[in-house]
Amino acid sequence: MIRHRFWNDLNKYKVILFMLAPAVLFYLLFAYIPMVGIILAFKHYDYAGGVFGSPWNGLDNIRFFFESGDAWRVTRNTALYNIAFIVVNNLLQMFAAIFLFEVGGKWFRKITQTVIFLPYFISWVVVGAIAYNLLNSDIGTVNVLLKSFGMEPVDIYNTPEYWPFILVFVSAWKMLGYGTVMYLAAITSIDTEMYEAAEIDGANIFQRMMRVTIPNLYPTIIILVLLAVGNIFRGDFGMFYNMVGNNGVLFSSTDVIDTFVFRSLITTNEIGMSAAAGVYQSILGFTTIMLVNYAVRKYDKDRALF
Amino acid sequence: MLALLCIVPFILILSSSLTDESKIVVDGFQLFPSEFSLEAYKILFKYPDQMINAYIVTIAVTAIGTIAGLFLTSMTAYCLSRKDFKWRNHFSFYFFFTTLFSGGLVPWYLLIVNYLHMKDTALALIVPLLFNVFYIIVMKSFMSGIPEAITESAKIDGAGDFLIFMRLILPLSKPALATIGLFLALGYWNDWYNALLFISNEKLMPLQYYLYKMLGNMDGMRKAMMGSGAVVTTSLPTEGLKMAMTIVASGPILIAYPFVQKYFVRGLTIGAVKG
Repeated sequence: MIRHRFWNDLNKYKVILFMLAPAVLFYLLFAYIPMVGIILAFKHYDYAGGVFGSPWNGLDNIRFFFESGDAWRVTRNTALYNIAFIVVNNLLQMFAAIFLFEVGGKWFRKITQTVIFLPYFISWVVVGAIAYNLLNSDIGTVNVLLKSFGMEPVDIYNTPEYWPFILVFVSAWKMLGYGTVMYLAAITSIDTEMYEAAEIDGANIFQRMMRVTIPNLYPTIIILVLLAVGNIFRGDFGMFYNMVGNNGVLFSSTDVIDTFVFRSLITTNEIGMSAAAGVYQSILGFTTIMLVNYAVRKYDKDRALF
Repeated sequence: MLALLCIVPFILILSSSLTDESKIVVDGFQLFPSEFSLEAYKILFKYPDQMINAYIVTIAVTAIGTIAGLFLTSMTAYCLSRKDFKWRNHFSFYFFFTTLFSGGLVPWYLLIVNYLHMKDTALALIVPLLFNVFYIIVMKSFMSGIPEAITESAKIDGAGDFLIFMRLILPLSKPALATIGLFLALGYWNDWYNALLFISNEKLMPLQYYLYKMLGNMDGMRKAMMGSGAVVTTSLPTEGLKMAMTIVASGPILIAYPFVQKYFVRGLTIGAVKG
């Protein structure tokens, strides 16, 4: 009887299933089949053997990854950068949104929004060119300015200490417009009656901001931050790779899991270790997303991812 | 202030590309060209073969990818938005799960190179970006807002599921299509990662990857110029040329940007409100 109903449904949905087929195949091929490739983390990959014919080597890849000291460095960098991005970007975006909402005429608001959204649209390659223009040791604008003030030029591309600040700044610069739009959308959906009521009670702009706008933004803030926290172990490869490239001098402060995995795969060809690091990243990521989802569920069931 | 900070870098690049090379080497990049020169652009456009080629690759990949991606995304989203489709939650989870867990870069790369043999083909530039779970979700929540009565009545008139999708749902979804289409197009236009991984044939280099190559090594640039028959002197304005390349590679985006911006804002707002 149950079998019968299944075949009935299959017939009933055949067109829909057919329409879903491309997507199902795509994800099967490019997402689910690579999951089987996780076994590479436990193999010594050779080209003759391929994924399935290569000999097993147990936990060696994972042991090498951890014993080389790279594991700790890239994990720490990935997590710290993402935490800095989350905090700085969200604060700036929220500030910009509130500012745009409260201040200025329609024209000013439009132009500002257009201008701060612009960096989002250019590729990381172009951002890399801009960084080069600004930061180059001999001819970069920053050093030109320093020299014109009679100060010593700084060798930015050889000094790891500067890079956390540079990268946080660049991330904030590129994402400012995008996040501001999100927050602005949330602010405009706040009931205007609340502002009117506050005004009647004699609240000034600052009080309105603290008492009405920000508390009403809490749900948006929490969701945006929690979503970002779920991705805390995923580095923005485009950003790191175009800003830093394969500049080994800077790795102590710029190497993240994604750049490490890429380098081991393409540059140094250590496929087993690269796969091990990738699996390590996936597991870390999966665990944090699960924890985050659990936290969201506790806070507000409807907002949970699943 | 912040807005100013956002635009200054673009002026810097533009001015650098217009400054005389000897001036750059001595004084460095500056906000306003101290010695105006079009030399960098002249050289760039003198032997434009490879750049034009990169442009063609990028435009073709963007056009094909966006249209195919948009069609497939909306078709998938439509199926998932059908409330009478009993298995829709199962399929939703099937797609969604891929954002939670993945096999990592290595198996994905080996699959595409060693098993699908897509290295150095245009497919490697198009296929990996065809689907995006986030776009499917945004599209699905938009389509869920279309009244069910419309599909119901069409069904009574004897229309099949695919016909309903093509004739009724697609035309009604124009705002969502515009938004996701723009996101897809921007993704394809700015993509360099898939080229970095899979493309070594110069004929298939898209624009951003070409720029990346040129920024990385000027020797490559010299070679490219020589390959197209240029007599290369040592006075090739490398720095100015890099900046001119940057302008040329991002030009179309910068020009189209003010016009498409409002669709992005609208699309983001749809996504944000629906959560």
